[in-house]
Amino acid sequence: MIKNISNLGDAALYCDFGNEVNKEINSKVINYFKNIKEKNISGVTNIAPSYNKLIITFDLDITNFEKLKKEIKNMDLKSYNNDKNKLIKIPVCCDDEFALDINRLEDKLKISKDQILKNFFAKEYFCYMTGFIAGMPFLGNLDEKIRLKRLETPRVKVPKGSVGLTEKFCNIYTFESPGGWNIIGNTPLKIFNKSNDLNPALVNPGDTVSFFKINRKEYNNWNDQK
Amino acid sequence: MTKSNFEVLRAGINTTYQDLGRNNLYQIGIPFSGAMDKRNYLLSNNLVGNKNNTPVIEFAYQGPLLKLNGERTCLAITGDVNFNILKKNSKIEKGNCYQTYCLEDGDQIDILSTNKSVYGYLAASGGFEVELFWNSCSTNTKAKIGANNGEKLKEGDSIKILKSEKTYQLKKLNYFNTKIEQIRVIKGTNYDYFSDDGKKNFLEKKFTVSKLTDRMGMRLEGSKIENIIDTNIRSEGLIKGVIQVPADGNPIIMLSDHGTIGGYPKIGVVISADYDKLVQLQPGSIIKFKEVSLFEAENLHKIYSMETQSILNQIR
Repeated sequence: MIKNISNLGDAALYCDFGNEVNKEINSKVINYFKNIKEKNISGVTNIAPSYNKLIITFDLDITNFEKLKKEIKNMDLKSYNNDKNKLIKIPVCCDDEFALDINRLEDKLKISKDQILKNFFAKEYFCYMTGFIAGMPFLGNLDEKIRLKRLETPRVKVPKGSVGLTEKFCNIYTFESPGGWNIIGNTPLKIFNKSNDLNPALVNPGDTVSFFKINRKEYNNWNDQK
Repeated sequence: MTKSNFEVLRAGINTTYQDLGRNNLYQIGIPFSGAMDKRNYLLSNNLVGNKNNTPVIEFAYQGPLLKLNGERTCLAITGDVNFNILKKNSKIEKGNCYQTYCLEDGDQIDILSTNKSVYGYLAASGGFEVELFWNSCSTNTKAKIGANNGEKLKEGDSIKILKSEKTYQLKKLNYFNTKIEQIRVIKGTNYDYFSDDGKKNFLEKKFTVSKLTDRMGMRLEGSKIENIIDTNIRSEGLIKGVIQVPADGNPIIMLSDHGTIGGYPKIGVVISADYDKLVQLQPGSIIKFKEVSLFEAENLHKIYSMETQSILNQIR
């Protein structure tokens, strides 16, 4: 299952699941993540799942690389039922003031703004990982026609709630943050809630996300209605 | 019940509440945070008789000017810090680090600066009354998580002091911070992405700590580290101490408040034993990397931990 385990520094394991990024490999990463988390292995301090890697940090006063590597290798794996994973519907307003890079996408991709948004809203996306900033979901896969690289010069400040595209992925900026993704809209929905101790992130690895379009008025009133 | 507080008369440059940080939240994008220099953090709490994970105030470069309102409070400052105690009767006493002081109502403590270092710690006997997020008060100003709504302390804020349950003894410790210029590293998972000259530059040339350094990361300048494979990797997890090299060839070391996912190749990782000393390097400091094996790094960590423990034992 894990292709290779190496050390990242003296206090972390670097588990490599292969070079590909697809749902199958990522599901294996998430499954390992859930198993290790549930096992409460002594000394493990943090587990970072990503597309195709899993990094496990540990307290060097309690365990070490060789010992933990053995434990992870010999672990009995439980399969987690994917039914628990949620489908989350997220409203997005794509008015010009929010769609900061829609013109760039039109220019570079040579397709119309309407077609870009149509393709974007038509699909359901799989959450591969959450992170960089608190609660930011990395979702895929975008329709092949609307894939574009990051901005050449990243923005110093991307507004909170921005929905961005890059290559085969899309994401949501849970806070104002620096960033280089192509922004096509903004969601009024709170994606990260620090006062919710147990489930601060609305979207978690393994979840499915679909987006739906709202107008500016709906955007303004979104949080009042709730 | 809190009866006493410190009134913030001057906040300083980067004054935050910190403790040992928070675990097991990488999967939602939240790093460990916590006190940057763990040894000095532990020493400050132990000097005033607090438990290890009690919130303290961390400051950088210029510290705060605080006025005590309320009951007699004992405190200690650790690091390499220049500070004065201003008594209510206008007497000024020059402060020594690693020594406890008792302040009375109306007295002030003026933390002027950290000397040739970055971070210092102020612990008060009993600790501070703060809100915890995931069992930690540690302030991550980028994610707005932690005590004080995830913000730095500012002028006019009130720092509530919890009453100590212990009767208090004044203590003094002989300890001097040593500086390091050599940072020991283990090869990173993308070490082979770099040219032979790039690797040579990394391990043989000197680098300067740049001004673009904060609790998230330390940027270095010097001989460029040339990438021959790809300047991007698939985004994956990061940990503190990882040295990433973006396309411009200048290394960046991830520190305690780092973003949890990154897409630049990892040339190396700073060993655990050198982290406390690394974070104390001011912009302009010159450093050199030295490669060690995993086995050596584990031993160096043991030695460093034992050393910390033996200093802590001198207090008790």
